Amino acid sequence: MDLDKFKVHGEPLIYGAMVSIALATIGILVGLTYFKKWGYLWREWLTTVDHKKIGVMYILAALLMLFRGGVDAMMMRLQTAAPEMKFLDAQHYNEVFTTHGLIMILFMAMPFIIGLMNVIIPLQIGARDVAFPRLNAVSFWLFFMGAMLLNISFVIGGSPDAGWSAYFPLASLEFSPTVGNNYYSLALQISGIGTLITGVNFIVTILKMRAPGMKLMKMPMFTWSVLITNVIIVFAFPVLTVALALMMFDRLFGSQFFTMANGGMDMLWANLFWVWGHPEVYIVILPAFGIYSEIIATFSKKNLYGYTSMVFSMLIISLLSFLVWAHHFYTMGQGAMVNSFFSITTMAIAVPTGVKIFNWLFTLRKGRITFTTPMLYTLAFIPIFTIGGVTGVMLAMASADYQYHNTMFLVAHFHYVLIPGAVFAVIAGFHYWFPKVFGFRLNERLGKHSFWWIVISFNVTFFPLFFLGLMGMTRRTYTYSEESGFGPLNMLSFVGAVGLAIGFLLLVYNIYWSTRYMPRDTTSDPWDGRTLEWATHSPMPVYNFAIVPTVQTRDALWSAKQDNIPLYDDKKITKIHMPSNTGKPFILGVIFFILGFSLVFSLWIPAILSGIGVIVMLAFMSFDRDHGYYISAEEVIATEKKLKRGETV
Amino acid sequence: MKKKGPLYALFLSLILLLPGCSSLTVLNPKGPSARTLSDTIILSIVVMLGVLAVVYILYIFVLVKYRAKKSNEGYIPEHEEGNKVLEAIWIIIPIIIVAFLSVVTVKTTTEVENVAADYKDQTPLVIYASSSNWKWHFSYPEEGIETVNYVNMPVHRAVEFRMYSFGTITSLWIPQLAGQKYAMSDMLTTLHLSADTEGSYIGKNANFSGKGFAHMEFEALVMSNKDYDEWVNDVKETAPELTEDEFKSLLATDFLGRKTYSSTHLEFSPPPGDHSEHMSGDGSEMDMDNGSEEHQDNKEIHPSPEPSSGTEFDSEPDPEVEQPLPSSPVDAETHDGN
Repeated sequence: MDLDKFKVHGEPLIYGAMVSIALATIGILVGLTYFKKWGYLWREWLTTVDHKKIGVMYILAALLMLFRGGVDAMMMRLQTAAPEMKFLDAQHYNEVFTTHGLIMILFMAMPFIIGLMNVIIPLQIGARDVAFPRLNAVSFWLFFMGAMLLNISFVIGGSPDAGWSAYFPLASLEFSPTVGNNYYSLALQISGIGTLITGVNFIVTILKMRAPGMKLMKMPMFTWSVLITNVIIVFAFPVLTVALALMMFDRLFGSQFFTMANGGMDMLWANLFWVWGHPEVYIVILPAFGIYSEIIATFSKKNLYGYTSMVFSMLIISLLSFLVWAHHFYTMGQGAMVNSFFSITTMAIAVPTGVKIFNWLFTLRKGRITFTTPMLYTLAFIPIFTIGGVTGVMLAMASADYQYHNTMFLVAHFHYVLIPGAVFAVIAGFHYWFPKVFGFRLNERLGKHSFWWIVISFNVTFFPLFFLGLMGMTRRTYTYSEESGFGPLNMLSFVGAVGLAIGFLLLVYNIYWSTRYMPRDTTSDPWDGRTLEWATHSPMPVYNFAIVPTVQTRDALWSAKQDNIPLYDDKKITKIHMPSNTGKPFILGVIFFILGFSLVFSLWIPAILSGIGVIVMLAFMSFDRDHGYYISAEEVIATEKKLKRGETV
Repeated sequence: MKKKGPLYALFLSLILLLPGCSSLTVLNPKGPSARTLSDTIILSIVVMLGVLAVVYILYIFVLVKYRAKKSNEGYIPEHEEGNKVLEAIWIIIPIIIVAFLSVVTVKTTTEVENVAADYKDQTPLVIYASSSNWKWHFSYPEEGIETVNYVNMPVHRAVEFRMYSFGTITSLWIPQLAGQKYAMSDMLTTLHLSADTEGSYIGKNANFSGKGFAHMEFEALVMSNKDYDEWVNDVKETAPELTEDEFKSLLATDFLGRKTYSSTHLEFSPPPGDHSEHMSGDGSEMDMDNGSEEHQDNKEIHPSPEPSSGTEFDSEPDPEVEQPLPSSPVDAETHDGN
């Protein structure tokens, strides 16, 4: 065995990372042992099938990844802050921007959204859990192990360095001989399988488990957005699975799908990647639209304006998202005709998106708008995202894109779409639903401080990049000359990045401060909400609803409060069927991790053993005869009494 | 408005910080192709500013008017389903805008994919631009000369770049003369450009291609016809010939300064044809492929040399050569490394 492959060569930064990872790991292990929390961790978290806990774990992992990706971003902005900076070398910079993209999209934005939907969707449709709770745990652990696999690449063997789009032949063994892109293919594959399972799980959950009376056109907008998103997942992710498998064959087994010689086609990779990659953008954006719709309605005290056109615009966006992938390579020489087709389909997306913007604005009209932290993020989203949207239309024009393509203009555009579109949304959703899960609000004053830091710094960071693009600065450039004139704007952008970091640190401080000092919420409906998730206790009991509510209107809880339409009969408590915890999904995840790691380094014996392990584990799980357990009616009544007195269970 | 104040101040200060419009290379074109693109961009900015204005005015209006204040405490807004007429308006107007921009896009895209209108009567000067790890090779088949990492062009002349790559995907971009186009190993792409003004323009690879990407820049020097002819003659007389061995050593070197040769590598290392040609290993298949109509069309546009000699683009190594020749320096490194 060649031990050299495991080593990452030489930079103080990487050694620092190694030491800090080692210290953190030791700290966690010692802490768990000292406080005797191993049993608690295993019983309450590692083996849980409760959608709320799985959601919380998704969000925790996503926050962790936000900081990993954020540190990458800071390093990039620092490296380009001035001409001829010597902070990072080319190789290190390439690894940093590659993992920044991968982590932020796949291991931050998407899991954060999946986390929120895990927590909220069953509550919002009046269900007790998702359709397949154990599969849900499998999804989480596969995502988590994929994320960890990608993260250790930084210190063991080297990170992927061919960009998050990993274009061939650059990503092939020929031009990227280190194991970095092996990590890419395997980490994404493992977490991608998890995401695909989530997609199936939530489609079934939403279609089959809605409360009585909740017809499709009575579903809350967030539920609609999640349903559509999961349909996109189910259509898009198999393409990624195939593309990554071909990539793995190319890199590990010498096949030649994407190579330069022997009939390999580099454009095939570009096509497969973007056939998945473009819908992927909408996988993170559409749920954000759902979150904003909920928040705007709640804090303007109005029902959503143009509900039907909102739903149809999302359906049209999801359809179009599959018809525009070639706009990522207008400059690949595909001719004016093909480019024109993809230009028009791309620009067409602006129409349904515009419909949503105007519907939101008209929801605000005649409302009574309160500026809470989640509402501030939502309101900031509208003007900033519109800039992202109109620059998107500009980029969609194929001819003009010949000048923007691969430049900082593009970088500015997608940050103007993704940060207000996805990041603000998950933070807004986080503030909005936090009291539901934990029973207390985050501090509003700290929340607003962090909001202003984030929003202003965001613009300082990314607005200059539009101009840098027009000045001819290409993306992914680790250094530039003094004469290029890129210096001042890059420095401004770095200053903004520092502000963003302060904003995010304030957000974390807010979580810490609020956990310690915020008063516990006794109403279970702190925002005067409109949808079913606010109809149960905060934090909610394991069974969510003691009695399954019956829905008659779109804003079921609002109608119950305003027009006294009862949600359920209080007397009708019966025994409740719940799934039992299981450690198998976690163990399966660990085996997948070992399989992935072994394949990255071509360690065939452990790879074969863990491959067999995966199959055995799957077979074992499919014969599982555990049908869950019942919570007796008496126990439910006792719990409800306790919760009503404001005690925790 | 509380919210907008800081943002506007910010945008204003950004604009003031800009050293002026001339530094926005893309909006400072020096040739018809780049001018078309610059005009398109400015037009789209104007249209989009209009869209932004509508959204922003409406946004500020609702936020100011309908915020919670003491006077509307206890006010519970009425249920409002939507309005078909209003919703139709904000569906139809964007469709009109998109339709307008689509027409502009189709027109301008077709325009820049062809020889510029002013130069239609000329036969374009063909320059092959190929990339290998972090350098550019420019071959002038008509003149029989080759340069590395710089390109000279006559002013007021239609130029046709034919691009391909000896390695990773790169993108040839001279922002002041034309938009970029990819160079790939398995096909030729074409870029039409011409310059109206003499001068030195920066050219670069715009597509990330690995470690040396940031340094992959070249100079595009546009000179008068007379100077150009003199330069060509000068090169023919004084520059050394580019031999196959010399070319291989060029490919194997990561970073190079400028080089000039009095012959081109196209003679012994022809550019790729289209897919079928690249994929087929033997001559008989070639003939069959060439018989198809589609293939012939392609041949007319890109007449590529006889595919007889063994090159890195063939699937099977030339039987006369013991070892397949490394197609790039990284390739060579990889083989050594193992």
